[in-house]
Amino acid sequence: MDDALSWGSIFLRIAAQLLPVWVALIATFALSMRYKRNLGLYGRIFDSPVGMTGFGLVMFWVFTAIFADWIITHDPLAQLSGMKNIIPGSPVKDAVEGAYPYYLLGGDHLARDVFSRMVMGARDVLKIAPAATVIAFMVGITLGLPAGYLGGKLDTTISFLSNLVLAFPVILLFYLLVTPEIRVTGIPTVLAAILFIFPVIFLTLLLNARFFTNPTKRNLYVGGILVIGLWAYSGLAFNADPLGVWSMDPNMLNVFVSVVFVNSPGVFRIVRGMVMDIKTRDYVAAGQTRGEGPWYIMLWEILPNARGPLIVDFCLRIGYTTILLGTLGFFGLGVTPESPDWGSTINYGRRLLAIAPHPAVVPAFALMSLVLGLNLLADGLREESMKD
Amino acid sequence: MLLFVLRRIGVMILTAIALTFIVFYMTNLPPNLEKLAKSEASVRMADDAVASWLESNGYGGSVFVRYGEWLGVMPGWTLTDEDGTIRGRCIESGQDPAAAARYCGILQGNWGFSTVFKQPVTEVLARSLGATGWLMLWVMIVMVPASLLLGVLSGMREGSRTDRVLSTVAITTTATPEYVSGVILIALLASATAGVSPILAEAGWIEGKTLFPGTATSAMDNITFWNFFLPVMTIALYGIGYIARMTRASMTEVMTQQYIRTARLKGVGFREVVMRHALRNALIAPFTVIMLQFPWLLNGVVIVETLFNYKGFGWTLVQAAGNNDIDTLLACSVVAVFVVLVTQLISDIGYVFLNPRIRLA
Repeated sequence: MDDALSWGSIFLRIAAQLLPVWVALIATFALSMRYKRNLGLYGRIFDSPVGMTGFGLVMFWVFTAIFADWIITHDPLAQLSGMKNIIPGSPVKDAVEGAYPYYLLGGDHLARDVFSRMVMGARDVLKIAPAATVIAFMVGITLGLPAGYLGGKLDTTISFLSNLVLAFPVILLFYLLVTPEIRVTGIPTVLAAILFIFPVIFLTLLLNARFFTNPTKRNLYVGGILVIGLWAYSGLAFNADPLGVWSMDPNMLNVFVSVVFVNSPGVFRIVRGMVMDIKTRDYVAAGQTRGEGPWYIMLWEILPNARGPLIVDFCLRIGYTTILLGTLGFFGLGVTPESPDWGSTINYGRRLLAIAPHPAVVPAFALMSLVLGLNLLADGLREESMKD
Repeated sequence: MLLFVLRRIGVMILTAIALTFIVFYMTNLPPNLEKLAKSEASVRMADDAVASWLESNGYGGSVFVRYGEWLGVMPGWTLTDEDGTIRGRCIESGQDPAAAARYCGILQGNWGFSTVFKQPVTEVLARSLGATGWLMLWVMIVMVPASLLLGVLSGMREGSRTDRVLSTVAITTTATPEYVSGVILIALLASATAGVSPILAEAGWIEGKTLFPGTATSAMDNITFWNFFLPVMTIALYGIGYIARMTRASMTEVMTQQYIRTARLKGVGFREVVMRHALRNALIAPFTVIMLQFPWLLNGVVIVETLFNYKGFGWTLVQAAGNNDIDTLLACSVVAVFVVLVTQLISDIGYVFLNPRIRLA
């Protein structure tokens, strides 16, 4: 039997295992640096060291999630005998022919490979967090634009509702929303039905406002959006897709909907505040004088001019969503016990911290570096967009 | 000003009622009540037995009426059993039904009975809030001065090396949620196999196996530096970064103002300018941020108390939510909502007091 690896060779082996990620990262950076002058705001990230560091960290995890199948050394769910809580770099006992001979970052309380679970966890997190943030943004924008632009009773009502959600302690809300009992009552489905319709409304309004003067084009675009949007909607919210392409595991739907629900009021507040500021500008008055409709002004005059702070907030909010997902996992809410997501791995690992810290510390560092990357990226973007 | 405060309080009460109703509704959903019936009476009850148990224990009827009873604006339910005894929400066992109060909700001070802790909710709440109060106090004592110092130092000279280093520290701590920093701190300082403890133990510098204990349960009786350091630092770290960044932003803005330049040109020393002229104006914005941090601190408290097994408010909330203890969960949410709304009000009013440029109609 071999000896355990030293820390140096553990790092070398991990680096070798992550080879596809390095290749993809170098390619992305080389191409982006080469053409950074033609890439708008994205290219300008590469002018700021902070933004570049953040972008690098984020892309590292994105590529890790994409190439996860090639990177993992063991099946993240497989339990090998004798590897329980084993220290990083330990050789696999009685290894089968062709299997990777080491547990690079040790084994967890069920003798699974910590490294492979961390890599697969990245995929879990990056599947939900950005998607949930996008939906939350569409909900927030669709409600925030009219609330800020039209004001009045509509504004008062939506603002009151959003303050209501914001005044809720997040963990209490999760405990109320993400339990198996709640799923029986159908509340997550109702929430999903309400929240998932907003992207469809948003895109329909967006294209209709732009192309309603040209009926052929409008009918084509809006029709296309409605067909695809409602098709996805029926599958995702009600699990009733006739073709069975769109569907979501009820567990995941529950988590997803709760995260969107918690995030939307924050986006609403930001959008509303910015619209109230921008609507006093001269170009909005000019649009009104030209006789442009309110939705055209909101979506094609105001929204593009609010994009800077929104992009920055988007990055920060993905980080926040990642933290929220981790919180859910930490309290064991809405995830299956086998799931390799970082929050629940930390939760299981924390019980053995005194004897074997690595099963909890590895996903903890992973989560921290991803959120740090998103925060740095947001900082870089903020700096660069303020240079205008 | 008075009108503003009154209006804010009005909205606050409306919000509190709406929020508690939502919690009441969610905790009183049929599946939760069914679970309650099965845990209180018998696990193997049939569906109709569950329904009749719920009916005879005051869980029947509309959710609005029950919410009114819980709040104390509707008369409590009474039922006459087959043998003629009258039971009711407000009638304690053995009490004369005629002498019992008609209303008994939280407004009358009747917060219910905890099914997990087997004692009145008020007692549970008093004990756990006391414990959390100490935690919060120490977090504030550590967090506020540290973050303001960090923010002012880095905002004083924007773009300097100090600023770069301190900003990186701040951004790193904001990227570290409590469950991550807690785990890292425990692994570093309170693990017998990793971090600094084995080294110190080998050198004979510490008596036990670890430098700090991994739990804060002993702090319930006796708070010491050793058992309270890790939980307090875990909560404070996240807030330090956030408040420091806000302070830095506000400090850099103030430092570019005309009156700072004037003071510098008059020949006032840099230290004097920062201390006497800039600081007072730069601290207005962080005040609001510190106040609005309370709701987040509540989150941190829940995580840290679970992680360190410190039986305070957050731990109670998790226990109540995990064991379907409806009365305790409702009481916890009342407290949480109250804390959030009051801090919002204080931050609004405080902002007006601190910043004379804001006038309220």
